[in-house]
Amino acid sequence: MTSEQIIEQTRQAVIDGDAESSRKLAGSWLEMGLDPLLLINRALTPGIEDVGRLWEEGEYFLPELVAGAEAVKTGMQILEKELSQMKNPLSETRRVIIGTIFGDIHDIGKSLVATLLRANGYRVQDLGSDVHASRFLEAFQKEPADLICISALLTTTMIGIPDVIRIFNEHSCRSQVKFLIGGAPVTGSWAETIGADGYGADAVDAVRTANRLIGKIQ
Amino acid sequence: MNNINPQIYLLTEDDIHRIIDDAWEVLETVGVEADHENVLRKAADHGFRMDKASMRLYFDRKKSESIIQNVPASFKLYDRDGLNALTIGNDNVYFDPGSAAVFWLEPGLTTIRRATSRDCIELAILTDLLPGYRIQSTGVVPSDVPEDIADSIRLLFALSFCTKPVITGTFNVNSFAIMKSMLESVAGGSEALKNRPLAVFDCCPSPPLRWSHLTVSALVDCAVSGIPAEMVSMPLAGATAPVTLWGSLVQHTAECLSGAIIHQMFGPGSPIVWGGSPAAFDMRHGTPPMGSMETMMIDLAYAQIGRYLGFPTHAYMACSDAKTPDYQAGMESGIGAVLAVLGRINIVSGPGFLNYENTQSPEKLIMDHDACALAYRLKKGIIQRPDDHPVDIICRHAIDGQFLADQTTRRWHRDEIDPPGSTIYRKSMDDWLRDDRPDARQLARKKLETLKNQPHSRLEENRLQSLTACLMEACKNKIYSDSIKLHLERYLK
Repeated sequence: MTSEQIIEQTRQAVIDGDAESSRKLAGSWLEMGLDPLLLINRALTPGIEDVGRLWEEGEYFLPELVAGAEAVKTGMQILEKELSQMKNPLSETRRVIIGTIFGDIHDIGKSLVATLLRANGYRVQDLGSDVHASRFLEAFQKEPADLICISALLTTTMIGIPDVIRIFNEHSCRSQVKFLIGGAPVTGSWAETIGADGYGADAVDAVRTANRLIGKIQ
Repeated sequence: MNNINPQIYLLTEDDIHRIIDDAWEVLETVGVEADHENVLRKAADHGFRMDKASMRLYFDRKKSESIIQNVPASFKLYDRDGLNALTIGNDNVYFDPGSAAVFWLEPGLTTIRRATSRDCIELAILTDLLPGYRIQSTGVVPSDVPEDIADSIRLLFALSFCTKPVITGTFNVNSFAIMKSMLESVAGGSEALKNRPLAVFDCCPSPPLRWSHLTVSALVDCAVSGIPAEMVSMPLAGATAPVTLWGSLVQHTAECLSGAIIHQMFGPGSPIVWGGSPAAFDMRHGTPPMGSMETMMIDLAYAQIGRYLGFPTHAYMACSDAKTPDYQAGMESGIGAVLAVLGRINIVSGPGFLNYENTQSPEKLIMDHDACALAYRLKKGIIQRPDDHPVDIICRHAIDGQFLADQTTRRWHRDEIDPPGSTIYRKSMDDWLRDDRPDARQLARKKLETLKNQPHSRLEENRLQSLTACLMEACKNKIYSDSIKLHLERYLK
């Protein structure tokens, strides 16, 4: 297989949500001694962009979106082993801390956003679900991030989101980070009301907003 | 008198058996998480397998079935004065406003805002004045009070401004004791409350198969005190449960069975309702639609399973995902109301709800009241009256066509043909033009204005003081104690 064929097939594997093919193709790429960044830039990234386009055109639904992101993640896991031995430009990417708010164990939306952010080149620390405001702060103080994403699926738990912003204010960290919030009960106007910087109507919109808020390093 | 008692069934008996069999297999092999030390200990005492580290309980079928065999198939729910008992169970269907919304849609507007104490009171008063709602709910979460007592304060407003029994729930573990003391103060003591319960507490497991500390605590508290509990299992088909409706039913059944076992271990014979708020995940927008047909199919089917197992049932139906009381809202809520009645679901929470259970709308509450009335009419079915001899009647009027003047028409028309509700326009086009072309929402606003001018229920002063004292006792060491006192004085005067 030529390098061009691997690029084409890897991109298609992402579009098809075929994680196994993505893994094998990334392995073949490295066996040929090729630059892992090239496969990321020419296959994985355009592939997930194609998936995003198909989503926006109404062709793809959430399961296809998840499968595409998983294919990127699987390919990246293979390539990162090689990247770790090189000067890794990915380490300069923007860092995101993400979690579902305290009292809410729903993490579908949050995990989807995390997966898509990773697939789009962000370094993501996923704190999981049921995350107390103080844990967001602790994670930030341990290693600063450019963006904090908070999600809530329940109307009864979304009211905990302002607590996170408040605690960052109290510790004088608010100006160092942007807040992006989302989830079924959350609205853009409510995000504004509580002083968040952005709102993601869905996972793709969240990535778009993240790009706008903190600017992805390509 | 003939009546075929119109009902709907989505599952055969064989289907139900297979779903229940699968649910038991899930409980025996996967188990459920129960974040409560006493529950784990109690389960171990009953000989159930458990893993303390992961807080996982495994329920084997034979032992479990003997524990849940005494669940009452029905129970009575009383109003604030211990009167007007409703039987929750059998073929009875009662609608109550959907609970709990964080947002409120003001009449005439299209923009929602956070709900407040004033909205809690308005909802209670409206429910009191709308006779089709036999049960009220603490249907909105007030944003103008401290979060840790918001659940108790909304109950206080509900009990103060509406006589009807109430569907409620806790937002934190400490609230149950406060809310129980409030209910006891209104009912006249703990025995009185136990004998004549006036509230049902929602207890919501988190899918898949997890009872959080808050919800399992509420379940145990209800069981011990004999206050009815309502399990609100909410599999999200394709997201937090299998994508097939069948698979979601297996998970729902497993979650409810596990809740019933835990509940009955602590309070054998205590009333518990088989309920839920499932949804078929929207694969495009990632939302939990309450008005989709698949969601309603899961509702009907799980209620059928619950009835089969001998539980009273509950569902979130007659609600909508629309953002305003528009055609979508009417369609989804109307279909839901009719199906809930045909499914003989005992407690139907949903009227007034928009925007996936997030928004309560007083206009829609009035419109849904009319939809529920249509559904109730369907439930009555087609009846042959004792003196109903159609051949004689037709003979009498075959020539003159004056059926309107027949004595049987006058005798039976009120029982046979319900007058339309206040938001249903059945007058002529000319009338409609003369009336300034009102739509349903405008008619609802007109009705709302009429209701606002009607006298409404108020808890008498001595009981109100005792109720308020329960809440103030819970607030006494809090920093906001004085401001809450002023807040209550302002709204209760």
